[in-house]
Amino acid sequence: MIRITCPFCGERDHSEFSYGGDATVDYPALDASAEEWTAAVYGRTNPRGPHKEYWHHLNGCRAWLVVERDTLTHEIGTVEFAHPGLRAAMGDGA
Amino acid sequence: MSHYSVWSVLREGLRGQTGWDRAWRDPEPKAEYDVVIVGGGGHGLATAYYLAKNHGITNVAVVEKGWLGGGNTGRNTTIVRSNYVQPVSTQFYEHSVQLWENLSHDLNYNVMFSQRGQLGLFHTPAARDVQAKRVNTMLACGIEAELLDREQVMAMVPHLDYSERARFPILGAILQKRAGTARHDAVAWGFARAADRLGVDILQQTPVTGILREGGAVTGVETARGTIRASKVGVAVAGSTGHVMAMAGIERLPIESHKLQAFVSEPLKPLLDCVIGYGAPGAHFYISQSDKGGMVFGGDLDFYNSYAQRGNLPIVQDVAECAMAIMPCLGRVKLLRHWAGIMDMSMDGTHIMSKTPVERLYMNAGWCYGGFKATPASGWHFADLIANDRPDDLTAAFSLDRFERGYTIDEKGMGPTPKLH
Ligand SMILES: Cc1cc2nc3c(=O)[nH]c(=O)nc-3n(C[C@H](O)[C@H](O)[C@H](O)COP(=O)(O)OP(=O)(O)OC[C@H]3O[C@@H](n4cnc5c(N)ncnc54)[C@H](O)[C@@H]3O)c2cc1C
Ligand SMILES: [Zn+2]
Repeated sequence: MIRITCPFCGERDHSEFSYGGDATVDYPALDASAEEWTAAVYGRTNPRGPHKEYWHHLNGCRAWLVVERDTLTHEIGTVEFAHPGLRAAMGDGA
Repeated sequence: MSHYSVWSVLREGLRGQTGWDRAWRDPEPKAEYDVVIVGGGGHGLATAYYLAKNHGITNVAVVEKGWLGGGNTGRNTTIVRSNYVQPVSTQFYEHSVQLWENLSHDLNYNVMFSQRGQLGLFHTPAARDVQAKRVNTMLACGIEAELLDREQVMAMVPHLDYSERARFPILGAILQKRAGTARHDAVAWGFARAADRLGVDILQQTPVTGILREGGAVTGVETARGTIRASKVGVAVAGSTGHVMAMAGIERLPIESHKLQAFVSEPLKPLLDCVIGYGAPGAHFYISQSDKGGMVFGGDLDFYNSYAQRGNLPIVQDVAECAMAIMPCLGRVKLLRHWAGIMDMSMDGTHIMSKTPVERLYMNAGWCYGGFKATPASGWHFADLIANDRPDDLTAAFSLDRFERGYTIDEKGMGPTPKLH
């Protein structure tokens, strides 16, 4: 079982969370070119190793988190709130 | 190398099995080949076989980092069927089923293709409508399929949960009689042996570490056993696609790697003579019985990007619940093993068989849950793409540029979320 330390709730089994995918994707402006939108919607680097990704603490505090996790070993690195306002208000992590 | 036949089996039976040759050679890599295929799973081996057989291109190497069938080919639940919703997919998979039907003879190797039929159960009137549409798509593509009602399913498989309390009440099923299962490693070994007999070099324990290019075109591969030059390179590495294509400077692809688990029980007496699958919101399950008696089954993937070929516990529980919901008689059966493979989940749930931005570099990936059944057709059409440097009629729709053109092939209508396909 992977364990993620939610900055709000503490260490929890990953079954409390829902996975939200690659957190490094920057969505372009609405009037950006089709190429930029295609890259953002469909293009993934899909790394074998460290990966920044969204997890939603669905069965907990319901905050969206940005988690650094190694896709080969499943080791968890940094965990922080996804929302910048929440990050500022609560501090960067537990 | 000898031809396998009933006579060779009898002769070796009398000689104490002492006269068998090795099934394929273990050659030293040559400095140069016409075509190098990266990945010695079923798809890579089938591609090499059809390059030699259909196109007369025999100066070919299959370069595999581990052993043959150590990837998803040897890890999957071996369901073969052609009951898709998108016509282009249905036609592609139907070509595959047709190749499966003669594959053991064609390869002179028993791949144990067993057309025991597949039942796709449905549990709500809305799901019945979806399956009726699927039957119609198949009939329109000239493929036989039937819609069964509850009584017909009960007659076929009496020991499912038909009770009042059933978590998923069974209203009926779609039946494809020509669907079934095959023996996974035999598929890798059969294609390997047949390709080898036509002159293909199979290089095991040879990881590809780089893809060589000059002026926008591929010129070969760097491997742990040295440089191998090639006029054309085809990549068929399933879950490792992102990793290998990045070696050619292609950093972003519409693919994520996810792990899918499979399970096998202790051997039982004959219990299930067909393949059963079902999907309902929150549940996904498929099961068959192997010739050794083990119940072989699986469900959803683990829902987060992963390159680790091992499964996690929440899905074990999930799949066990799915099994109990439909076949309560499995409750006391012991699990023998479970494992995971790394699947190439594409952004629309359909595979990509395509030219790439690098000239004469071709990719074959994005097979999601369903690439084992595709093995022969994948090899057939990928070989054609490589030999002719253009997609054939059936392959054109599966190109890499379909995403930017807006022609995704989204079987389940899930949108660009790979874990949901
Ligand atoms: C648990 C599970 C159950 C499944 N069930 C079904 C099913 O019931 N029906 C179905 O149709 N499909 C099923 N699938 C999907 C199916 O198994 C795959 O889509 C299919 O096997 C992919 O074939 P392949 O030959 O491309 O992959 P693989 O067999 O994975 O071959 C890829 C090969 O590439 C090699 N490789 C990787 N990187 C390198 C490198 N750098 N250099 C050299 N070689 C490299 C790997 O070692 C591997 O052998 C299942 C998959 C899994 C994991
Ligand atoms: Zn929390």
